[in-house]
Formats: sequence, C-alpha cells, structure tokens
Amino acid sequence: MNLLLLFVLIPILMIFCLWISRNINQVRGVMVAGSTALLILSGVLTYLYLGARADGDTAEMLFRSDWTWYSSLNIKLSLGVDGISVAMLLLSSVIVFTGTFASWKLKDQTKDFFLWFCLLSLGVFGFFITIDLFTMFMFYEIALIPMYLLIGHWGSGRKEYSAMKLTLMLMGASALLLAGILGIYFSSGATTMNILEIAQLHNIPMNAQLLFFPLTFVGFGVLGALFPFHTWSPDGHASAPTAVSMLHAGVLMKLGGYGCFRIAMYLMPEAANELGWIFLILTTISVVYGAYSAIVQTDLKYINAYSSVSHCGLVLFAILMTNQTATTGAVIQMLSHGLMTALFFALIGMIYGRTHTRDIRELAGLMKVMPFLSVCYVIAGLANLGLPGFSGFVAEMTIFVGSFEHVDLFHRVITIIATSSIVITAVYILRLVGRSIYGEVKNPEFLKLKDATWDERVSVIVLVISIAALGILPLWMNNMIGDSVLPIVNTLVSR
Amino acid sequence: MEYTLIILLLPAIMFLFLGLAGHKLKHKVAGLFGTISLGLVTCLSYFTAWEYFTSPRVNGVFEKIIPFNFEWLSFSEALHVDIGILLDPISVMMLIVISTVSLMVHIYSLGYMHGEKGFQRYYAFLSLFTFSMLGLVVATNIFQTYIFWELVGVSSYLLIGFYYTKPSAIAASKKAFIVTRFADLGFLIGILVLSFYSQTFSFVELMNGSSDAILTGAATQTFLGIGVLSWALGLMFIGAAGKSAMFPLHIWLPDAMEGPTPVSALIHAATMVVAGVYLVARMFYLYIGFAPGVLEIIAIVGAFTSLFSAIIACVQTDIKRVLAFSTISQIGFMMVALGVCTGMDSHEGLGYMASMFHLFTHAMFKALLFLGAGSIIHAVHSNEMKDMGGLRKFMPITHITFLIACLAIAGIPPFSGFFSKDEILAAAFKFNPAMGWTMTVIAGLTAFYMFRLYFNIFWGKEAKHHHTPHESPLTITIPLIILAIVTIFGGFIPFGHFITSDGLLYNIHLDPQVAITSVVVAVLSIAIATIFYKNKEQKIPAMLGEKLSGLHKAATKKFYIDEVYQFITHRIIFACISTPIAWFDRHIVDGFMNLMASSTQSLSYSIRKFQSGHVQQYAFVFLLGIIFIIGLILLVI
Repeated sequence: MNLLLLFVLIPILMIFCLWISRNINQVRGVMVAGSTALLILSGVLTYLYLGARADGDTAEMLFRSDWTWYSSLNIKLSLGVDGISVAMLLLSSVIVFTGTFASWKLKDQTKDFFLWFCLLSLGVFGFFITIDLFTMFMFYEIALIPMYLLIGHWGSGRKEYSAMKLTLMLMGASALLLAGILGIYFSSGATTMNILEIAQLHNIPMNAQLLFFPLTFVGFGVLGALFPFHTWSPDGHASAPTAVSMLHAGVLMKLGGYGCFRIAMYLMPEAANELGWIFLILTTISVVYGAYSAIVQTDLKYINAYSSVSHCGLVLFAILMTNQTATTGAVIQMLSHGLMTALFFALIGMIYGRTHTRDIRELAGLMKVMPFLSVCYVIAGLANLGLPGFSGFVAEMTIFVGSFEHVDLFHRVITIIATSSIVITAVYILRLVGRSIYGEVKNPEFLKLKDATWDERVSVIVLVISIAALGILPLWMNNMIGDSVLPIVNTLVSR
Repeated sequence: MEYTLIILLLPAIMFLFLGLAGHKLKHKVAGLFGTISLGLVTCLSYFTAWEYFTSPRVNGVFEKIIPFNFEWLSFSEALHVDIGILLDPISVMMLIVISTVSLMVHIYSLGYMHGEKGFQRYYAFLSLFTFSMLGLVVATNIFQTYIFWELVGVSSYLLIGFYYTKPSAIAASKKAFIVTRFADLGFLIGILVLSFYSQTFSFVELMNGSSDAILTGAATQTFLGIGVLSWALGLMFIGAAGKSAMFPLHIWLPDAMEGPTPVSALIHAATMVVAGVYLVARMFYLYIGFAPGVLEIIAIVGAFTSLFSAIIACVQTDIKRVLAFSTISQIGFMMVALGVCTGMDSHEGLGYMASMFHLFTHAMFKALLFLGAGSIIHAVHSNEMKDMGGLRKFMPITHITFLIACLAIAGIPPFSGFFSKDEILAAAFKFNPAMGWTMTVIAGLTAFYMFRLYFNIFWGKEAKHHHTPHESPLTITIPLIILAIVTIFGGFIPFGHFITSDGLLYNIHLDPQVAITSVVVAVLSIAIATIFYKNKEQKIPAMLGEKLSGLHKAATKKFYIDEVYQFITHRIIFACISTPIAWFDRHIVDGFMNLMASSTQSLSYSIRKFQSGHVQQYAFVFLLGIIFIIGLILLVI
C-alpha cells in the first residue's frame, strides 16, 4: 500500500462518515478528525521525503507505484511525488484544515456543504499525487464540479451568475486541456500516459508541440488567472463562501501553475522555448494590470481577487523564465500566495460575518472593535506586500533575482517591469488598511461587535504561523523545491 | 566576538515578547523590560566598540571581522543571502549611535508616553525598530541590508501611525511607506543589476579587491549609453535618497512628524534617515572606483536638498517641522561630504570621514533637539510656535540643553557640530569653491532658523497658557542632560583615528580659513536672528515677509512639492491609470466573456424555435424536407 493513496482515501472516508452523520457535532467531529489526519499525513510525507532524499535517493519521483486501471487505453493510476508536489500537498492540507475551522459556524445545510468541500479536496489531493495525464485530468474535473454547487448554493451576492461564469470558463479551459493532453499522448508515441515516460521518450514532433503547447498552457493558465482569462476570479471569489474562497484561491489556482509547469512546459520544452515570449508578455501584463486594478476596488474580496491575479501572474511569469532560481521562486510563490490569500479570505469572511459589508468605505476603525482580527489583517497585508520575515518576500525575491539572471536582455527588462508591482501592491494594501482597519468607528453598530472566537483564532493563527515560518526559515523549503525543479528546468534549457 | 549576536537577538526577542504578551503586562513593567534589555544592548555595543578599536591594526587598518554568518536563502551557487554580522569601523560607530539614541529614547518615553493607550505596543515597535536598524548596519551583504532596510521602513510606518485613529497620522504613515517603497524599488533593481554582473552580494568580496577584475569588465558595458555599474549604483542611490529624504523624495519626512515625538527623535532624526548616507558610505569603494559620476550627482542632489529645505525651515511655524526640514538639510550636508570625495586616500577622501563624523554628532544633537521639543510640547500641549514664548523661566533644563544643541548645529565652537561641519566645508572647498560657498551659506541659514526657533520658544512674548508650564519629569530631563554632555564634548573625539576612507590613521587639523569664515557666518546669522526674533514685537520679519510675499508664501507651502505629488498620485495614477484599467477589465475583457455567453444564449434561443412541440409544424418541416430531397435527386438525375 502506497502512503500517497491515503491522501485520496481519507477524503473518501470523510465523505462516507459525513454521509452517515446525524447532527452538526458529528459533522464537525468528522471534519476536524479528517483534516487533522491529512495535516499530519502531509507532515509525515514531508519528513519521509526529505529523509529519502538525504539518504541519497535521486529518482525524479519518490513513492512510485502503478495500478492499471483501464488497460485497453493504457490508463493507469500512477502515483509519485517530488518536492514540488510535497510542497503543494503541505499547502493543501493546511488550507483544508484552516478552512474547516473558518466555516465552523456555517448553519445552512452544514452536512452537504462539507460533503462537497471534501469532494473538492479529494480532487485537489488526487491531482497532486498522480503523474498520469488522464488521472490528473480526472481529478482536476472532480475538483471543478463541486465548486459550482458550493458557490451557487452557499455563496453570496450574485452567486448564480458567478458560479455559472466560473464553471463555464473553467470548463472551457478543460476542453482545451483535454485536447492538449490527448494530443500529447498520441503524438508522443508513448505506451502509457505517464508523464515521466513521455518526458523520457521526448519525441513529440515540433509542429504538434506548437499546436498542443498553447492549448495546454492556456488550459491550465485560465485556472492560474492568466490575462485575459482571469475574469472569473473577481466575481467567483466575491460570491464564494469563505472556506471555498480559501480553497479555491489557496489551492485550486495553484493547479494552474503546477499544470503549466509539470505538463505543458516539461513535456513540450521546444515549444515552451519558442512560444514562451508570448506568454511572458501576457503574464507581465497580469502582474502589473492586476495590481493597478486592485487600487481602485472598494470591495475587500475584489481587492484580494485582483491581488491574486497579480501574484499568480508572477508564478506563471517565473516558470517561463526557465531557470532553476526563478522556477523555485515560482513554487514558493504558489505556497506563499496560497497561504496569504487563504488568510485574507478567512479574515474577510470573519469581518463580513460581523459587519455584513465588505465595502472599505463603510468599514472603519475595526482595530478598536476587533483588535485580534485587525492585527491579523495588517499582518496579512504586510505579508502580501512582501515584507521580509513573511513568505511573500522570499518568493518574490527568489523570482526577481532568478529572472534577472537570465542572459537575454528582453527577460531582464520585463523583470524590471514586473518588480514595479511591489510598489503598487503597497499602495492598495495600505489604502485598504488605512481606510477600514485604522481610524475612528463610523458606524455605531460596529461597537457592539465581538472579536474572534476560538475556532476563528485556530484558523487564523495556523495560517499566520505558516506564513511566518516560511518567511523566517526558507532554506529547507528552497532546497527541497530547488532540487525537484532541476530535472524539468534541465529539459527546458538543454533543448 | 560572538557575543555581538546578542546585540541583534535581544531586541528581536523583546519585540516578540512585548508584541505577543505585552497587553497582559502593566505599562511600567513593559516599559522597564524594553528599557533594561536595551540598556544591555547598549553596554554590549560599547564593549564591542572598545574591543574592536583597541584590537591591533593590520597594515594600518582595522580588520573587518565577521563573528557570525549563516546562509539564510540560496538563489544559486554564487548568489546566496546570508544573515550575519560584519564589524568594521563604520558599522561599529553606527552600533554606538543607534544604541545610545535608542536607549535615551526608551528612557525618555517612560515619562513622555506615560498613560498612553498602547504603551506596550509602543515599546514593542521600538524594539522592532532597534532590531531592524542594528541588523541593517551590521549586514554582511547587500541583500541583508535590503531585508533590514524594508524592516526599518515598516517599523517607521507602524510608529508614525501609532495614533491609528488620527486621520493625519494614518495619511502620514501611508505616505512615508509608499514614498520610501518607491525608492526601495530603485534599490532592489540596483541590487539585481549589480549582482547580475558581480555574481556576489557579499560586501567583503565586493570591496576587498577580489571582484575588481569582474567589475572593471562590467564597467565597460553600457545600457542606453550609461555604464551598467553607474546604473546599478545610481539606482541604489535612489533607494538611499528615499530613506534619507533627499529631494524630490523628501516629502514624507515632514509629515512623519505625526508620530510621537521620541519616535521622531530616534527614527526620523538620528538613525533611520541616515541609513541612506550609511548605504553610500558602505558602498563607497564601488562609487569611487566604478561610478565617480554618480558621486557628483550625489553631491549636487545633496547640496540642492540642503539649500531647499533650509529655506523652508526659515518660515515654518510648527517646531517639529522646522526640525524635520533642518534634518533634511543636515543629511544633505552628509551627502555632499560623500559626493565631493575624489579618491580613496585620506586627503581626497576627507569628505568620507567628515560625513561619518557629522552623522555621529548630528545624531546626538538632533536627538537632543527633538527630545527637547518633545519636552516643550509635553508642557504646552501644542506644536505651534505661537503657543510658546518665554518658556526659559519655566523650563530651565530644557532651555539650557536646547540652547547647547542650537549652538552645536549652528557650528559654534567648541560644540560638536562645529568640528564635523568644518570638515565638510573643508572638503567641499577642496572639491569646488562654489560648492564650498554654497554650503557655507546654508550653514549660515541653519544658524538663522535654529535661533529663530530658539527665540520664539524661549524668549519673546509669553503666550497664554491654560496652566503654567513646568519642567518635565526626570525620565525626560536625564536623557536631555546626557545628550547635551555628548553634544558638548563629542567634537573632541579624534574621529580620524577610527574612521577614514582608506582606513589609515588621519589627524584632523582645522583649516583656519574655513573655520574662521564659517564661525563668522554663523555668528552673524545668530545676530540677525537675535535682532529679528528676540523682542516681543517681531516687526522686521513681518515686514520682510510682506516685501517678499511671493517667496514667503512659496516657502511656507514647501514649494508646492506636496501638491505635485498629490497631482501625480490622484490625478494620474488613480484617475488616469487605475480607474481606466479597472473599467477596461470589467467592461472590455469581462464584457467579451459575457458577450460570448450571451451570444451563445441568443443563438440557442433562435434555434430553439425548431423544437416547438407542435406536431403539425414538425410534419410540415418533414414534408418540406422530403420535397427538397426528392427535388435534389430529380435535379441530379
């Protein structure tokens, strides 16, 4: 039995237990037990992974195993992880854990909410542990469908519109993706859909690559908020319930960057080098454009959604730089953005739950009435604008230094353009903090509000600690990811 | 000298402790915790300095010691960010300056902030600032400097916005952070460019000659007609100019006075704002060797800023703002001193020594001035000159110490400012007589506006007070007295024995011509100020103000630079960039997606008519289809 299989089995078990549970306490019990188990599991996995690497295991993927699943099409359930997937699993389990606590007080059909929530996490975990194109695609779809129901039913505002828009755009993307994946499989001449095998064979003809690379990259790019396919993100996030926003922005958007890197670029390196500049320009636009758009937003969630466009743009930007440092930075940025944005959405949810508004013009003086949440909001803001000591700084600096090491002048110039986003980020974060957190309380109703409860504190503190831990001691994570991106980067550089 | 690590760790621990558990402590306990730990840091800093400067010289220079260094983050084989401690003459001097002023401010705040809400938070932030500033000066590599550079920026942001319910404080903190952040972008890009060519962040490797070959090679490359190293070092100077409030990035500093006064003394007068000067001094070897053109720009920017802000300081009425503009002007002096250097040896590099000397003396007397101003504000509950006047009778200690500081900054011997300013003037004259005379005139202006301030506060007409002002408590006056003593005797430190551009021993000798000129100018300016402002009726200034109303108004409005910024941020960035982009996103990009959805929908609506459910219609279409096919077959046959 492979350890990785537990990442899928635990959510399945959770779904089963939720199904038979009778009251809210049982639901909560199942969720806490399950998400804690996942958190511990990912911790154990990290420990074992680092141990195996320290013992000199240099295989590209560890914990490998295969089960034939559909033999006539050679579809297998192939499991395996490297440092990138371990980091992503760690991130996902932290978000699932904190998301559980952030939706502790949910009243409306709690059981069903968590059922879909577990299915969503099942898809996410499944995606990160498999290395078979078809299985990855399947898990990707599993993660997508519950999103529609979760936003459409438990959301707020224009929830039907947003749910429909998000699902349609991502479904459109997965159509491109399916075409891309099948194209890769059939033109590679491989006997299975295993990524490692296809990369090993490396015989996808150039004209096929030039066709399928854009399909795959855009297919995943939509999920990673690539300009101009990012517009599902502001509406979707604004309408989604707290835990779903957290999981979606925190983890699901990372599927995009991960897929672009592991599938599109790894399997079609020549096309990536040939067409990279187009996507580099698009991602640079994402980075700057998202930041500028965030300045004028007045809804807390819209600010964070545009900020995500900017930060996720940086992920795709960095992987297209095709060098080890920038790519490592990209993965750290995925982790860092996942944690930060989850923290933001958690806090926004908690503030909205009390004040019933997300408009920064109406919120003011929150520091006085809910000091704990406000201090954490300021911390999240400072982390977001890349303050040293938090994960954002490590990620951004690794990306900028790595990108600037590129020999090509074009790459260095757009790196400078991308760095300018750090100033704009400071503008919108400080505007938000100055308006809604500081100042005098404008609305007397707010004076009655209470600060965070214990379940909210658990959620927020775990996230803050994770962000600070990654920001203060980044070297081990940096090394773990750096070693794992090397095979992929080498493929790209040598071709 | 591994114990230097404690100097860094102690404030960091104190920040975490007071930040997390502070609200459970009593005010006094939290304050004492912060102050005592900083007392220890100060003792250790002095001990470090004593041990460092008494250690034997190697080839006539003090060795660079790295007692502690660890790899924090690795980018590539060559580029890795270390966190460590580098001891060399300037970093050891900065340790002394920072710990001394910080300790004074800690003690002073016990009295000044007494009873304020958020007292523990205040001490936590002070510890955070001290930690970051110490980390900045002892950095072993340029990236560590950048890390702590950002941290001092955020501590400054938090402390300016300490009164977080006050709109002006919120605006000021935001402005300070964003302006310096913009400048830091220059610093960051400078680091990227420099490290791209040099392939190292380490100061020691950059400065010990081992990278010279690589750098000389890089110096031949150009980008847009300017050498790449000039770009790198010029961009770094933008970062330095932002922190050190050089024109046109100075606008945040006067507003930063919204913070509590001891904070202004510590951060916005003595330590953080000189970080830019420190950075240039730290990279001096590279500036001299590879980008002398940038040094000249630094001199010009410094001189212009100095003159510009000295003029503004002459007309401001808020005493903290006068001091803020005076700080900008004095930092301009330090920048000029660095900029006028033309070589590494003690003679051509005299300005380097002078700049560091002035940094040291200025930190002491400017901290004294700010703390004195705080004591006055504490007594009269106002920042405005019109609410003061005649205070010398009520506050003797504050009066005498403030006068000492005024004499020092005016450059009257034997106070410390005289010696350091004199070296700067000598260096400036050596560079170019025009520069020398400009700086002498600014020195005269300095004496004038400082004594305008002094007379307005302590002499002249007594304002009506709600209750009689009284001398401040001991926690406030003791730091004043200590700093006054340093200000009196600081000038006699044989600075050239410790810090020179090439590290070799250099005996300071006064240039009698320069010294006499500067003293005469200072005395004359003080005399004019006395005539203008000592009397109860200030007729002459009022008359002059009317005659030169245009200039007077412009200076009062700080030459409208704030309005220019307002225009750029609100009218251009907000209204002409962000708003259109956000509109474009919602209506064009998203509109296109919605259009696709709605056109699909309308298409399906029109097709839907075929599926009406009416059997007759189906039969009709069926029949038409058959006729059409039969017709087709017939035609083909």
